[in-house]
Amino acid sequence: MKAFRNGLKVGIPIGLGYFAVAFSLGIAAANAGLNPFQGFLTSALANASAGENAAFIAIREAVPYIEMIMISIVSNIRYVLMSFALSQKISPETGLIHRLLLGFYLTDEFFALTIAQEPYCDPCYSYGAISFAAPCWALGTALGIVMGNILPARIVSALSVALFGMFLAIIIPPAKTSRPIAVLVILSFVLSYLLSRFSSLSDSVITIILTLAISSFAAIAFPVKGGSHEE
Amino acid sequence: MRNNIYIYIIVMALTVFAIRVLPLTIIRRPIRSRFIRDFLYYVPYVTLSVMTFPAIIDATSKPLAGLIALLIGIWGAYKEQGLFKVTLLCCISVLILEFIL
Repeated sequence: MKAFRNGLKVGIPIGLGYFAVAFSLGIAAANAGLNPFQGFLTSALANASAGENAAFIAIREAVPYIEMIMISIVSNIRYVLMSFALSQKISPETGLIHRLLLGFYLTDEFFALTIAQEPYCDPCYSYGAISFAAPCWALGTALGIVMGNILPARIVSALSVALFGMFLAIIIPPAKTSRPIAVLVILSFVLSYLLSRFSSLSDSVITIILTLAISSFAAIAFPVKGGSHEE
Repeated sequence: MRNNIYIYIIVMALTVFAIRVLPLTIIRRPIRSRFIRDFLYYVPYVTLSVMTFPAIIDATSKPLAGLIALLIGIWGAYKEQGLFKVTLLCCISVLILEFIL
């Protein structure tokens, strides 16, 4: 019970951050034609900012279901890496239910606080944080859809860049210290611009193709030294 | 053609769940392949970059406001201002820019 309460305390700032970004995501969901309940459901089931944004674009473009599977794999594939890392931090006696729950709520933030525990993580600590922050995420999305229609266009326009601000805060700091990442960010910007302006490919197809192509290129051109992938 | 939104949501949720849970439950040993590990390492940066630009200039009602917000966001992130501040910086820039432009 103590672990749960400690986790809850850590969950409060995480939840407030989630709320703001989820609100911005709600605006994207409204553009895709989702109602507040559908937005709430998506965020309650998926807990993924980039993944949900990609999914909302796919819904807006009315892609085939198979393409939705592909875009979901590509935009969430980084969690494969985290899931592998997390599997090393879970005590071997941990039951399947705990593994399923920790996997379901494997976001960047919950990953960070779960992995920080020694030697193994206490699932109750994570559940404490999740119990506050996960509802913030789902409610924020629903509220973004409701308010996106009510707020003045200028405010909506400003809030809709929140998501991209968050993406920049994730990609730019590592690009400072890693030249390969800096090169990849610029290359991604340029190719993404060219394809979106001069090809008839949809945004979700562009994301899939460029992610696979540029990341493969990077894995060959810039092998990671030392083999340590912990961020 | 308009597909069913609930089917989209279920398809996405199941895919995301499988991605997060399979390594945690089934595969217990580290990935051996150098290529796959490096590939997975670079994927988040590329996906997020591709989704940021040019989407940010299409998200605002005036493209120039989005472009300047992008540059200000990059500057803020470069100065290690943290997730919340960078996000706020981008929003406020657009709010002011769309008023001026």
